[in-house]
Amino acid sequence: MAKTTKNTSWDLSPAPESTGHVTIDKRYDLFIDGKFVPPATKKYFKTINPATEETLSEIALAGEKDVDKAVKAARKAYDTTWSKISAAERGKYIYRIARLLQERAREFAVIESLDGGKPIRESRDVDVPLAAAHFFYHAGWADKLDYAFANSSPTSIGVVGQIIPWNFPLLMAAWKIAPALACGNTVVLKPAETTSLTALKLAELIRDAGLPDGVVNIVTGAGDTGKALVNHPDVNKIAFTGSTDVGKMIRRSLAGTSTRLTLELGGKAANIVFEDAAIDQAVEGIVNGIYFNQGHVCCAGSRLFVEESVADEVIRKLKHRMNNLIVGDPMDKNTDVGAINSKDQLLTIEKYLKAGEKDGYEMFQSQVAVPKKGYWCRPTLFTNVSQSSIISKEEIFGPVLAMQTFRTIDEVIDKANNTPYGLSAGVWTDKGSKIFNLTTRLKAGVVWANTFNKFDPTSPFGGYKESGFGREGGVHGLSAYLNLQG
Amino acid sequence: MANKKTTSPEGIAVMKTYKLFIGGAFPRTESGRFYPIRNGSDELIANVCLSSRKDFRNAVVAARKAQAGWEAKSAYNRSQIIYRIAEMLQQREELFVKEMKDLGYTDINAKEEFSASVDYLVHFAGWCDKYVQVFSSVNPVASSHFNFSVPEPMGVVAAFASNKTALLGFLESFVPAICGGNTAIVLASEDLPTCAISMAEVLATSDVPGGTVNVLTGNRKELMSHFSSHMDVNGFVIWDAETAASIEIGESASENVKRVKFYESEDSAVLSPHRIMDLQEIKTTWHPIESISGSGSGY
Repeated sequence: MAKTTKNTSWDLSPAPESTGHVTIDKRYDLFIDGKFVPPATKKYFKTINPATEETLSEIALAGEKDVDKAVKAARKAYDTTWSKISAAERGKYIYRIARLLQERAREFAVIESLDGGKPIRESRDVDVPLAAAHFFYHAGWADKLDYAFANSSPTSIGVVGQIIPWNFPLLMAAWKIAPALACGNTVVLKPAETTSLTALKLAELIRDAGLPDGVVNIVTGAGDTGKALVNHPDVNKIAFTGSTDVGKMIRRSLAGTSTRLTLELGGKAANIVFEDAAIDQAVEGIVNGIYFNQGHVCCAGSRLFVEESVADEVIRKLKHRMNNLIVGDPMDKNTDVGAINSKDQLLTIEKYLKAGEKDGYEMFQSQVAVPKKGYWCRPTLFTNVSQSSIISKEEIFGPVLAMQTFRTIDEVIDKANNTPYGLSAGVWTDKGSKIFNLTTRLKAGVVWANTFNKFDPTSPFGGYKESGFGREGGVHGLSAYLNLQG
Repeated sequence: MANKKTTSPEGIAVMKTYKLFIGGAFPRTESGRFYPIRNGSDELIANVCLSSRKDFRNAVVAARKAQAGWEAKSAYNRSQIIYRIAEMLQQREELFVKEMKDLGYTDINAKEEFSASVDYLVHFAGWCDKYVQVFSSVNPVASSHFNFSVPEPMGVVAAFASNKTALLGFLESFVPAICGGNTAIVLASEDLPTCAISMAEVLATSDVPGGTVNVLTGNRKELMSHFSSHMDVNGFVIWDAETAASIEIGESASENVKRVKFYESEDSAVLSPHRIMDLQEIKTTWHPIESISGSGSGY
């Protein structure tokens, strides 16, 4: 390859998405029993745009009393309406949500990017369409559950408490709410404290869809709000997506209770590139695997394993590609890597960068300018990392890739599986039998072969080992929201 | 043992020593401890090993070592091996019925449980090469990818067998696990342990690879925290747990996000493939489809 001198005349002009048609209220209350109500705590917290550090809105802080009120509303709705109407009617309500979301897709995408920092291209092309697809897919299941679970007489569970993270705020809300409703349950959902806006917008939309009061309730707040929901005695099931540490705490506090639980926790996915792979495509896959959504992805391909014979080529092409990633304004349609979601998360990522450097690993960061205001991290690659290093063991949840090389298949499988996590993995090779050897032996819930970070409502998602238990999506995901006999 | 006092024409009968079953061998507990099992007439039936934490840890090592090989066997092969267990068990009706009667069973109850146990094995032998078909799916994703989901074994499963039955409860605690390609460590019923050890002798002659099933005898309370907190155990099955135990188990199992399943002998459907699926993970695999006329490359 020729010398990669940067020719600035090729830079793209800014292409900002307009925010004119979007309304964000100054203040958002809790959505309980079909109405927006002020919190009993009388407290509100700020939600900011991580790309500008400007305040977007104030969000109600739900305390124990508010959570209790929401659970009571959900119980009442479950007892009086949602479990009484026919399954087909239930499905029609969920179809309405899907359609309304498609209609307002642009607005939701803009707010998602403003509040969370992810590139508008991503919220426009991935988060919002997939969220709508999740409602559409699950709507149709409502009256067909008996066919999915033969000899099991599927019935709803009751009131479901759901706690979601900040990396895919609307999409995670859809992953949680759609199957819960389709299976006949009512919901109390707690969004992450840095990204409440699209969940509250979704509450508006659910109200517009005419869902019976109390079927979906949204309580906003931080860890204490989540704790109140987990420990509420009248919640029949908890579904949590978030860190492994918090997942373990939830598991502990539900020990000995009859509350059902599914956990979708952290990951440290191996992305494995063999010498017979289509290298250019593999490099695209590596980039998509770790720099998608600023690396705030539980299934991110954060451990790269490259066969020794092609390591130099992969590193060279990867660095070239990294240098061409556009980091900056999430609202710009050319942006590849947006803002880090919060100051806290940026500090966490920087702590890992220091740890990697201190351990003596070679660090490469893309040579791109980042804005002065806001929270930014350049795409980062550590090479020659050891299996035992902190940066290859712990989930960083940022655009940081730790690379190792390997010589044999058995070696790379051992290294890939040698982690307490088991959420996802990637394999790049053009040899079919090798793909199946790898995909069979990798201990992970989702394996992408010659692709990475693909999601679909029909495709079950979830982890092995400390990445959690239970699946979301597909027919397997439904069982998490049903009581099954036999 | 009732034959303790009977003498054959040639002389006194040879007694069996009830040992543990770990990695295909029959060691005594490393702790050197035992507890006596007596029949209704207070006669000694056996001195049974009182297993220690170290025995359990050894059993986990054996189970982990055996797991990949057991999982890699074809479903047809696993099916035949479990059927073979049924064959080997059927031959020993006299032994098991006698052991159950020594433990307090009536003749009719013992015979019923024995034949139910053989039937249980035959039923699950048949599931080995079928549950994957029943519980797998090809998923019609919207992008240009081939996408499918299949169940896979969790890995190493520990189990507390029910204390209510001598033989059937023991089988229920591990047979679904091994049907599904897991390996197992079972703590036998504390009060009714002799059949479990005799069953281990059946397993040892049924082409079950060493380490696939490991059998301990001993005290639930003593071993509970070790079973539930071991970092290399993926699943933990507990039959007929007390509430206090379920709290302790749930808490320490969270350390490695262990999958914990509580069953009650009274209401857990016994002949159900869901007992296999309870110890499986669903793996979803994606691969691009080269779509000539479709929506472009799936890469």
